[in-house]
Amino acid sequence: MSTRKLTGSANNPQIRRRYRAEKRFKAYCIGAVSIAFAIIIAFFTDIISQGYTAFWQYQVQVTIDYNDRAERLGQFALDRDMREVASRGATRSIPRAIDRNPDLLGTTEERWVPVKAEIDQYLKHGRDILEAKHEEVAAAPELPDKLRKKVDALIDEGRIESAFNTRFFTTGDSKLPELAGIFSAAVGTLYVLGITLLCAFPIGVMSAIYLEEFAPDNKLTQTIEVNINNLAAVPSIIFGLLGLALFINFFGVPRSSALAGGLTLGLMTLPIIIISTRAALRAVPDPIRQGAFAMGCSRWQVVRDHVLPSSLPGILTGTIIGLAQAMGETAPLIIVGMIAYIPEAPSGVFEAATVLPAQVFTWASEPEQAYVEKTAAGIMVLLAVLLTLNATAVFLRRKFERRW
Amino acid sequence: MYSEATTEPPETTESVTPMTGQPETSAPAQTAGTADKNVKVKAENVNLWYDKTQALHDLDLNIYENEVTALIGPSGCGKSSFLRCLNRMNDLIPSVRIQGQITLDGEDIYHPDVDVVQLRSNVGMVFQKPNPFPKSIYENIAYAPRLHGIVNGRRDLDELVEHSLKRAGLWREVSDRLQTPGTALSGGQQQRLCIARAIAVNPEVILMDEPASSLDPLATATIEELIDELKDRYTIAIVTHNLQQAARVAGYTAFFHMGEIVEFNDTDTLFTNPREQKTEDYITGRYG
Ligand SMILES: Nc1ncnc2c1ncn2[C@@H]1O[C@H](COP(=O)(O)OP(=O)(O)OP(=O)(O)O)[C@@H](O)[C@H]1O
Ligand SMILES: [Mg+2]
Repeated sequence: MSTRKLTGSANNPQIRRRYRAEKRFKAYCIGAVSIAFAIIIAFFTDIISQGYTAFWQYQVQVTIDYNDRAERLGQFALDRDMREVASRGATRSIPRAIDRNPDLLGTTEERWVPVKAEIDQYLKHGRDILEAKHEEVAAAPELPDKLRKKVDALIDEGRIESAFNTRFFTTGDSKLPELAGIFSAAVGTLYVLGITLLCAFPIGVMSAIYLEEFAPDNKLTQTIEVNINNLAAVPSIIFGLLGLALFINFFGVPRSSALAGGLTLGLMTLPIIIISTRAALRAVPDPIRQGAFAMGCSRWQVVRDHVLPSSLPGILTGTIIGLAQAMGETAPLIIVGMIAYIPEAPSGVFEAATVLPAQVFTWASEPEQAYVEKTAAGIMVLLAVLLTLNATAVFLRRKFERRW
Repeated sequence: MYSEATTEPPETTESVTPMTGQPETSAPAQTAGTADKNVKVKAENVNLWYDKTQALHDLDLNIYENEVTALIGPSGCGKSSFLRCLNRMNDLIPSVRIQGQITLDGEDIYHPDVDVVQLRSNVGMVFQKPNPFPKSIYENIAYAPRLHGIVNGRRDLDELVEHSLKRAGLWREVSDRLQTPGTALSGGQQQRLCIARAIAVNPEVILMDEPASSLDPLATATIEELIDELKDRYTIAIVTHNLQQAARVAGYTAFFHMGEIVEFNDTDTLFTNPREQKTEDYITGRYG
């Protein structure tokens, strides 16, 4: 008898409509997720397919002849043929080397040096296409016939090889794409983030503790609170202008320096840290404070011994996310002059420096084809660091989360 | 070293005089058997406002030493508010304004020179919902004594922790896992941990706000036995909605109604022979 009551839904139009509506809604949601996911996949595929070649570089084995003409111009250390193949930058340091050690004069040395960027590009992207007889592909990098034959011959001799591009991680920017690397930008980022952390973390956490645990609830603190929340929504470029006016023009911090950039990003990160710290403090259950007060704790003891330990994971997570955001910022750094050509890693916070996203930006605006893969590789490094930071945040939260 | 709770009986007996002034709110008339009791905490003409709303009206109450005093009454009548006055937990609520006088052993606890930290280590509190710190069982108890410098040395501290847990009747259950989180205990155990925590600083008075209301009957019985044992050393004020509980544990009972104390008497008299109609209505369940 119960069958009639419970299973008749197939014939009940109202129930059928309800099921259909539910299915439709679910399908829309799945569609939305799929689109988002597809975009992410497309983005990663694009970046990786463009960028992975930057981690490999063709090198040529050359004979370096320390003669007296090379003492004046490094190029002369190579024979004429090789000068066309090897990177001009590879011989730059020869005059200085002879200068430092005159005994080198008259000796020779075999060495692997990067090939010119055009040849590198041709080998990476053009040669296979040509060999596959798709000669009509216009975008394929090409070389003059004579040079191409020479390169092919060198490959047959085994004197041109592809190797892992350690140089990308150990040198700074260069006007020669085959020598350009990400190192000085990474050092610059490290300095900038260090300064951002040093100025935003203590000020932010202490402000949050004061506002959340000590401050009376009055008009003044409410105004401050509203303003901090608004500050977090201010476009980052405005912080750049503020940094320019305040730190560079007023306090005389050197332009383009990591100090100027770090302080500017510190201004930007401060409200984020304050807001996330306050949220973490507010998440500590009040009975814990009550219990501590009832045991005769002063307010500072309550905060130090009970509230802070419980909220530390939240505070750290918020700080890391704030830093990650600062790390990806470019606009305010343009204003304080951190988009600069920086071949040498800065050795201090007062020196001109650049940062990873700014380096990516610089490379992206270069016309040479070889910079395209550098750009993509730079983005990959940037993303890898960001993902590491965010993973650290998640890890910290998981590890130190307390339950009550 | 910490010392046992052996404060000398203060000379406040003569101040236990019947309050005058409000005939209808029945000041705590000296009841039978109180003449030989010391008044530990004495509240006189206590008024309390939350902003503009008055929650307590001219309260007078004596809490006798080494006795359990129960505060009963309908919800919202001001029991918790009054209890929080006694260790100045109300100071934490910005909107609260308090008038009147509350003394502990004859000392005005609202006097400007009073150190709240010292007051609160003399007047401990146990809350309705167990609220152990998110630390180990050991740390829960050791925290405050260490903070107040009651003990020095690891040995003394260990001893004190054991002593407090034993007194709270929890030692046998947790002695082998002192380093596990206090929050991992059962509700009843957590509440006893909170009591152990409160007695670790060796208070003279313990305030309990519905300490057993979130516990099952068995855990409640354990807490009640514990209260009964504790009253030999401590003065206890307990808020409860459970009239049987008040009858079981308390020597004295105050009936609160609308922010006033309608009746205060020894528990037997109050329950068997209430003076006021309101009290009778409440304890017989006719309160509406
Ligand atoms: N923090 C506060 N702010 C404003 N009003 C409050 C506050 N705490 C309590 N009150 C008010 O004071 C009155 C007494 O509250 P109190 O908590 O003392 O009652 P209670 O007797 O403990 O009630 P219950 O038995 O439900 O716990 C109530 O009207 C309550 O609304
Ligand atoms: Mg209450």
